[in-house]
Amino acid sequence: MSANTVSTSSSAEYDVPLLDLRARHGWEILDVADIWRYRELLWILAMRDVRVRYKQTIVGAAWVVLQPITQMLIFTTLFTLLGRFPTDAKDGIPYAVSLYCALVPWKLFADSMSQSSESIVMNQGLITKVYFPRVIVPIAPIIASFVDFCVAFVVLIVLMACYQIVPTLAILSLPFFVLMVLASAFAVGLWTSAMNAIYRDTRYVFPFLIQLGFWVSPVVIESSVVYNSSKITPLLRIIYDLNPMVMVLNGFRWAMLGKPAPEMQAVITSVVGVSILLVGGLFYFRKMETYFADKV
Amino acid sequence: MMGDIAIRVDQLGKRYRIGEQQRYQRFSEVLASAAMAPFRQLRDLANRDPLKHRHIWALKDVSFDVKKGEVIGLIGRNGAGKSTLLKILSQITEPTEGSAKIYGRVGSLLEVGTGFHPELTGRENIFLNGAILGMSRNEIKKKFDEIVDFAETETFLDTPVKRYSSGMYTRLAFAVAANLESDILLIDEVLAVGDAAFQRKCMGKMGDVAKTGRTVFFVSHNTGAVARLCQNAILIAGGEMEEYGPATEVVAKYHSESTSVTAEIDLKNYKYRSGSGELRFNWARIRNERGELSSQFSVGDDLYLEFEIEVVRPIDRARLAVTLRASDGLALCNMIDVDSGFEFDRPQRKEIIRIRIDDLRLYPDTYSLGFWSGNLSTTGAYDAIDACLSFHIVDGGRLTQRRLPRNAGILFLTPQWSRESERASVWAA
Repeated sequence: MSANTVSTSSSAEYDVPLLDLRARHGWEILDVADIWRYRELLWILAMRDVRVRYKQTIVGAAWVVLQPITQMLIFTTLFTLLGRFPTDAKDGIPYAVSLYCALVPWKLFADSMSQSSESIVMNQGLITKVYFPRVIVPIAPIIASFVDFCVAFVVLIVLMACYQIVPTLAILSLPFFVLMVLASAFAVGLWTSAMNAIYRDTRYVFPFLIQLGFWVSPVVIESSVVYNSSKITPLLRIIYDLNPMVMVLNGFRWAMLGKPAPEMQAVITSVVGVSILLVGGLFYFRKMETYFADKV
Repeated sequence: MMGDIAIRVDQLGKRYRIGEQQRYQRFSEVLASAAMAPFRQLRDLANRDPLKHRHIWALKDVSFDVKKGEVIGLIGRNGAGKSTLLKILSQITEPTEGSAKIYGRVGSLLEVGTGFHPELTGRENIFLNGAILGMSRNEIKKKFDEIVDFAETETFLDTPVKRYSSGMYTRLAFAVAANLESDILLIDEVLAVGDAAFQRKCMGKMGDVAKTGRTVFFVSHNTGAVARLCQNAILIAGGEMEEYGPATEVVAKYHSESTSVTAEIDLKNYKYRSGSGELRFNWARIRNERGELSSQFSVGDDLYLEFEIEVVRPIDRARLAVTLRASDGLALCNMIDVDSGFEFDRPQRKEIIRIRIDDLRLYPDTYSLGFWSGNLSTTGAYDAIDACLSFHIVDGGRLTQRRLPRNAGILFLTPQWSRESERASVWAA
């Protein structure tokens, strides 16, 4: 019934085994000491993806920015043609900038989550041959996506400078929102990466869910439009607010552009929701990881 | 007392689910069943091992101790459970029952070049591979020069690994792994890669490692290497531990019981085979020049091999191959039908295939034959049986009456000799 106990004796004579390998029953959570021991490997796996991507130099680095910029241009053109923008025109922030401001954190979430989901399956060569705490695998792509985020973020600053938009003191809250994105991506990634490794059909659903999430979250269509719409009943609004990305993207817009802050209750709900998802994911992942080498 | 044990394995068992594996592989089905029987499904989701499916025990009731500093070999046929045991000791998979207690830091070498990324340079891959094997950055830096030296790839350090030849690739991969500093080293067949020169180098390194007092757990098909390098050996068959003792004895037992030396073998119910099964080998016989069943031949004799194949499921073509191994397991020859101009197309349901091997130029010893059949356009085999039928080459015969020493070699060649003196050259007959 015991977990793999690891003692920290030196490599002299020991009576207590360094490793006691036996079948695990029940539920347990992360072995943090083990992860700390393998922290260098985590860094190397993360950097491996980054290094390969940026090794192609210009193309690699440019694509990270090209994608959100192209999306920004397409949607701005579309709504210009339509004559109306899904934003609160009174605050004077150009739609293009507001859109890009949301595209950057959304890309961080979407890329982290989708790469995290595939990470166990993609690394099955490693997992079936070498031991390391498996939870490192879904974390590495999140770190790699964060590097991309930083590059795209610089372009946001440039864009804001072009339009002469100066962020308020609210920008100090930015790390909190970034952390929320990372935590959400990690929480979801734990569930999806484990499920993709064990079940063969789940991998078709997740890209679709990300697409859905893109439209349901205030990326293209800002929250003000939703809140002010007469067709949104209070119940629908609660459901809308359950999405943690609503709080995060609005928080980004508040921190960088000075748009209205997300409501405190939305923040609290999201934090609690993501925490539950995260803790549940840690348990689920740990339970399933014993089967990765066998099934994948 | 306890202080001199490196590994203690106690009644270790590993069960795999087979057969209806697809049943729980679709989450949509799990959801559907959950709707119909919620609590049972939730429990099954947690346990993931409902007993209504068939299981096989890849390992059962395995117990042994490995002392610190011991070099122990693990031998057995394909599918006996060797890799499973190593995977459990390497923490890659979990045992179903029993326990394995490890007293020391473990370095596992289950595959050469794990994690090598083709776009990264040799230098970068050394750090990547080293980290994957569990070395810290400082360790790798300290041993960097040794690694490059062993691999002999200094000039190519900054080229992406995708441009390396396969030889360079394996040398580099092994060089990193060989410099792993751990108390216990688990090695799975990694010495079966590379050319002869490299293999010698690896063997040398293995010998050095053994001398430094580290515990080595060595899995290999090369029973000659096992007998040479290991003090003790374990023989695994069908997931159970059959033999444990001095390496030379265990190797001898393995060979004596794994082949039939009666000139014929019934393969219908033979267990130790792999393959998808469209075509199966039913039996095999060895005959001499006079057509009699025989397992004894002299150097230079002709050997007649006949075997029956049966097509179980329709296929339109197949490749057939017969493998020849020496007594220590060394692969001598892979005789493929096409190399002899024999096209095996449109196989009938049952056919008897005959092979004549002319002029056996092998030193007196025991040799074994294995059978393989498959479709070369895919990568799988229909049926593959390794080393099941043996024959002896004995002294005497038409080529030479001399007693030939066993350790002189494998191939008995009699080339043309000539001599030249000051007056004229004379050719020997």
